[in-house]
Amino acid sequence: MSWFSHYNYWIVIFLMMIGLYIVICRDNLARKVIGLNVFQTSVFVLFISIGAVRGATAPILAAGFTEYANPLPHVLILTAIVVGVATTSLALALIVRINEAYETIDEDQIQAMDSDGKPWNI
Amino acid sequence: MLAATAVALLCVRGLFVASMLTGIYSLLSTALFVLLDAVDVAFTEAAVGAGITTVLFLAMLSKIPSRSERSQAFNFQPLPFLVVLLTGGILVYATQDMPEFGDPKAPANLHVAPKYIIESEKETGLPNMVTAVLASYRGYDTLGEVTVIFTAGVGVLLLLGRKRRRVLGESVEE
Amino acid sequence: MKNNFIVREVANLFIPIIVLFGFYVQFHGDFGPGGGFQAGVIVAVGIILYALVHGLQKTRQLILEVYIRFLMAFGLLLFAATGLASLILGGEFLNYSVLGSDQLTGQHIGIILIELGVGITVAAVMVAIFFAFVGRDAK
Repeated sequence: MSWFSHYNYWIVIFLMMIGLYIVICRDNLARKVIGLNVFQTSVFVLFISIGAVRGATAPILAAGFTEYANPLPHVLILTAIVVGVATTSLALALIVRINEAYETIDEDQIQAMDSDGKPWNI
Repeated sequence: MLAATAVALLCVRGLFVASMLTGIYSLLSTALFVLLDAVDVAFTEAAVGAGITTVLFLAMLSKIPSRSERSQAFNFQPLPFLVVLLTGGILVYATQDMPEFGDPKAPANLHVAPKYIIESEKETGLPNMVTAVLASYRGYDTLGEVTVIFTAGVGVLLLLGRKRRRVLGESVEE
Repeated sequence: MKNNFIVREVANLFIPIIVLFGFYVQFHGDFGPGGGFQAGVIVAVGIILYALVHGLQKTRQLILEVYIRFLMAFGLLLFAATGLASLILGGEFLNYSVLGSDQLTGQHIGIILIELGVGITVAAVMVAIFFAFVGRDAK
């Protein structure tokens, strides 16, 4: 086992950490959603790379092939992608409503407005 | 490439550019999925990630006045960076226990997958194992996920529906 | 975009192909890559492209929102009803083997039905979300 054989996990971790950093650092709510998307995609890549088998082909039965990639992670990620876009759209809808109520999507400004105790403009 | 786009995503200033880069990022991950033999997943990611998500981001941006974005360049913040570096380091350390990439004897490939691969054609008559597993063996999962999508759709309609409840809004203000 | 001749004509050319491809993906998903999730998204993309090119107003007149909301629930209920049907016919919930004369036909009927349910729900939800976003008046 060579040290380099885990490079797929390193890429996943790199992407994951970029997503995490965007979520932590950026005050803009829309950017936080983008960061979450990056994080999410890194999890997809992790699952798919676990399911990949050396020398295998796509999991659709065909004559002449006996080695197939593991279909189970594919199924999980397939549904996760569509669920991911549904939840992303829900987050974006929330951002639109927040923008209407506060007229900003910057987290610091929103918190400042909240601590003012002024009524919202719903 | 994927990593480079992610880094660019970290640094760009405008939200519009960021949404476009999200689309590119999705498309690149699609190519990666094809390389890893996951054709169904790549198909979905191409349609969803590169198509719908970008359109939704643009639709959201058109609702938000551009002045609301405080121009912020990439400003380096040491404490979060340290936290991220530490977490990443621990995760990299943990990968030493993970199976090698593409190892046919990895635990994930030994448990139920061989059963699916060998018996799915016999039991369901479908050559596409992904569909067979999705619809038949894991039907409960899929039902739950469709429910989640339905619920998210209802949530968006409730949040952005055209009829605004003026009465409720005013009672909150008082 | 409504007044751009090239964009409009190219879109008109492509929308039927996109929707047709969506149906192909829907019903060919058993044999090649594809299935309800992808097909739903592709059909929704066709409708969204139409809305982008021809304007939201016209699309809303063609596809009433009531129908979209109905279809959102209908797809999910079709999925659940398939499960219930197999329950009533003597199997477990979502065990399709009892739906047909033998196991293979039963499985095939069940899978086609639930993929159809998934496709309908996904397409309807995506179109509904898009309409909700674009239809909202910017403040």
